[in-house]
Amino acid sequence: MVRYILQRLGQTLLVLLIVSFLTYLLVDFLPGDPIAAMTGGEISGETYERLFYEMNMDKPVLVRYFLWLKGAFTGDLGMSQSYHRRVVDVIGERVPVTLYLSVLAFLISVPLGILFGIISAVKRGSAADTAVTLTANVCTCLPQFWLGILFMYIFAMQLGWLPSSGFVWPHENFVLSIRQTIMPLLCLAIGGIASITRQTRSSMLEVIRQDYIRTARSKGLKSKKVIYVHALRNALLPVITLMGLRLGGMIGGSVFVENVFVIPGMGSLLVNAISSVDIPLVQGCVLLIAVFSCVINLITDIVYVYVDPRIKVA
Amino acid sequence: MSHLLEVRNLVTTFRNEGKEFNAIEGVSLHVDRGEIVGIVGESGSGKSVTMLSSLQLIASPGRVAGGEVYLEGIEQNLLSFGSDSEQMRQIRGGRISMIFQEPMTSLNPVLTVGYQIQENVLLHTDLSQEEAKKRTIEAMKMVNIPDAETRYDYYPQQFSGGMRQRIMIAMAMAPNPDILIADEATTALDVTTQAQLLEMIRRIAKETNTAVIMITHNLGLVARYAERIYVMYGGHMMETADCKSIFHETRHPYTRALLRAIPRLDDPKDRILIPIDGLPPVPSQRPDYCPFYARCEYRCDRCLQHTDAAMKEVLPGHWSSCCLTEEELAAREEELQHKDYGASPERKQSDKLCLDVKDVRKYFPVYKGLLRKKVGEVKAIEDITFFVRQGETLGVVGESGCGKTTLARCIMRMYEPDEGQIIFDGEDVAHRKDNELKAFRPKISMIFQDPFSSLDPRQNAESIVGESLLIHKLVKDRGEYAQRVDDLFRKVGMDPALKDRVAHEFSGGQRQRIGIARALSSNPRMIICDEPISALDVSIQAQIINLLENIQAETGISYIFIAHDLAVVKHISDRILVMYLGRVMEIASCDELYENPLHPYTQALLSAIPVPDPVTEEGREAITIQGEVPSILKRPTGCPFHNRCPQCTELCKKETPALHETRDGHMVACHQY
Repeated sequence: MVRYILQRLGQTLLVLLIVSFLTYLLVDFLPGDPIAAMTGGEISGETYERLFYEMNMDKPVLVRYFLWLKGAFTGDLGMSQSYHRRVVDVIGERVPVTLYLSVLAFLISVPLGILFGIISAVKRGSAADTAVTLTANVCTCLPQFWLGILFMYIFAMQLGWLPSSGFVWPHENFVLSIRQTIMPLLCLAIGGIASITRQTRSSMLEVIRQDYIRTARSKGLKSKKVIYVHALRNALLPVITLMGLRLGGMIGGSVFVENVFVIPGMGSLLVNAISSVDIPLVQGCVLLIAVFSCVINLITDIVYVYVDPRIKVA
Repeated sequence: MSHLLEVRNLVTTFRNEGKEFNAIEGVSLHVDRGEIVGIVGESGSGKSVTMLSSLQLIASPGRVAGGEVYLEGIEQNLLSFGSDSEQMRQIRGGRISMIFQEPMTSLNPVLTVGYQIQENVLLHTDLSQEEAKKRTIEAMKMVNIPDAETRYDYYPQQFSGGMRQRIMIAMAMAPNPDILIADEATTALDVTTQAQLLEMIRRIAKETNTAVIMITHNLGLVARYAERIYVMYGGHMMETADCKSIFHETRHPYTRALLRAIPRLDDPKDRILIPIDGLPPVPSQRPDYCPFYARCEYRCDRCLQHTDAAMKEVLPGHWSSCCLTEEELAAREEELQHKDYGASPERKQSDKLCLDVKDVRKYFPVYKGLLRKKVGEVKAIEDITFFVRQGETLGVVGESGCGKTTLARCIMRMYEPDEGQIIFDGEDVAHRKDNELKAFRPKISMIFQDPFSSLDPRQNAESIVGESLLIHKLVKDRGEYAQRVDDLFRKVGMDPALKDRVAHEFSGGQRQRIGIARALSSNPRMIICDEPISALDVSIQAQIINLLENIQAETGISYIFIAHDLAVVKHISDRILVMYLGRVMEIASCDELYENPLHPYTQALLSAIPVPDPVTEEGREAITIQGEVPSILKRPTGCPFHNRCPQCTELCKKETPALHETRDGHMVACHQY
């Protein structure tokens, strides 16, 4: 068990190393002179020289990568050129907002998705099933930014119920915070609810047909117990994989949603960084997103062991 | 009403593509306390549906449409309770419990076995958590699970198939039910394990005075274990009587036909099996008269008017649904006696060896870790030596994991053996390269177990059968190709007009015929038949066995017939090879092996197979061996059988006995001889 976790941890670190190298390279290969882009081109030759050496542009890319990596380990990701502050500080300010939204959306979508999935699987063929399945199918294909604009149009502009943009923390202004986060949360969560519903439904239907469910019913167990004790744990296995993917997807989805609702999170930061060719900031953001994804995958794998004893045994 | 369980006129319907049809029609049966009752029938005959319906466990799209079920002590018809009602749940598991066919999938993989057994105890008794755990461990001990206290926390996948089925039995028996329903409970297990488990069920049932309902397709099993038997066919009850009466005063034409169609272990060599023509009726197209009418050799016009499915008492305690009188049946029987079914086909055997296998060994490497390092070997088969004469059938028997299939693949040269010689038609093919095997390939072919997955679903029957004609360039032109394919279809008893159809349009028996036609297409000298009939219904098996025998008589082909069913192997083979954990245990001619088995394993194997005749069964000596077939990865040192052998000595543990001849062609690998 411990061995398994250590093994997964080792693999995760290896993946992170490769991802960080590739992102560093990718950004390095971007066309255009980073120094010119950073300064707007209107600088003297001397300043150019100074910056050139400051950014280690004279060294080969591999060396620059290791220098950057060394910095990353000590919490130094360089200076953001558009914010003129340390990349770590800029990101540190924005990350909590994105995490707050993503985790909240995740926490909403998991129980709801599982619940809807169970309902529609257990009542297969009923009106409730048809309604849930149809809605879920439609919702999985709605793009988040489109939903965002639609919500904004209906609830903010037409009905005027909710503020159209902005973000404050709940401890600063609770009511405003709730009103502001409803729409972005919905945008982030709807896709998750829909896909978890679909996955739960199909894996529940699969599990309900299994012999061990017949065995459980032949023991005289209540239907509720058959479903929640015997069927659900088995049906959740593929759902857990999906949950990991969705959490990662929500962090990615925040790029759109934060832009639509003008929320100062990682997503909008990354978009700004790219459009202003703020290379250290882009690298920092991408690295952080990669770390998040890897950690989520690691957690998924560990949760798996607890839910499915077959992995522990094998 | 004095029976423990009584089912009257039960009707269950299934809905398929908008149409409703009856899966079972007016089935009645009863069970008394402490009695072992067998329900036999082919797949689709409605035997499982009957029991599931009685417990209201039938899943959608099935529905219990009518009938009554009474259980001792409850005045009301059980079907009047709702399927999920409190009363019904008390009865399920508490008073009537059930064990199912597939031990590998019938237990929940994410819950410990202890939890699963204890859950049943808590549900149906007033015991506290702690007492229930005690009861659970007692139940596990009752079914001979070693280390029950530790194993309590194990998950199902940590047990072998036989062990899981023991756990199922422990689970079913823990709340002390009145009735245990065993639905094909041992069908998926090895024969020696099957015998152990059924003996155990009988012992426990007798000790606790529990009634057992055994649902099976195996007539031998009911002959050995059941006291009273019900025979089902096409959703109808055909005949019921006590065990001896069913086998010796058989009334219903279906039961008679079944008994004539199945091979028995104690058959004389020249017995011919009389197959039942045609196929069982599809439930949606079943007639309202006797469902067996179309295949019945006794049928008369009166049968068509007889739409009453109920059985009538024809002898004291013996009920049959057939409308013919005893005199009519006897008269027809007399006529059938003189009907010519064709003698057992004469076979031409030569002394020439078709195949000579010497010291063949095949190990599979086991890789592990990131770098796929070789960490061990699976010793699939070793020291395999035998021969097959031209025109002869060699039966290969053994339980799961004994290497039957690996051996077949080595002979087919799908695997290259690590060591040894495979001399086919005078040439050693064991270590030839692929391109040197071109001349060898058409001379040998194979028939597979599963007629459903062994045919390409997108290829039509013609190209399945004709493919090897083209590959091996055995035909000159299109005309000759069509001619040959038609001939092959006729040879296996099929209409060439069907050759445009694809696999799923054929029944199981027809698919196996196509498989045989495919194997025959390249005019091989030898066919390896790997469990060719075990997936087929009893009434179809005889057709395929007879077909194989006729083809052999006609063409002088050699067969290697691999199966776990010794009765079938004995019927079709000239000599039999017994394998255990990758080694040859014994080779002898059929009669010699049956009359004078030398190896303790062969003796146990023969004893484990029941004969469908209760009188013979009573006279047979039962040899049960301990334990289960170990995994091939944990093959014991010395004689692989030593840890289960009742006659094991110190020598057996140390030294692997070599295969040697004791007399006239009888070879055995045992230190005793």
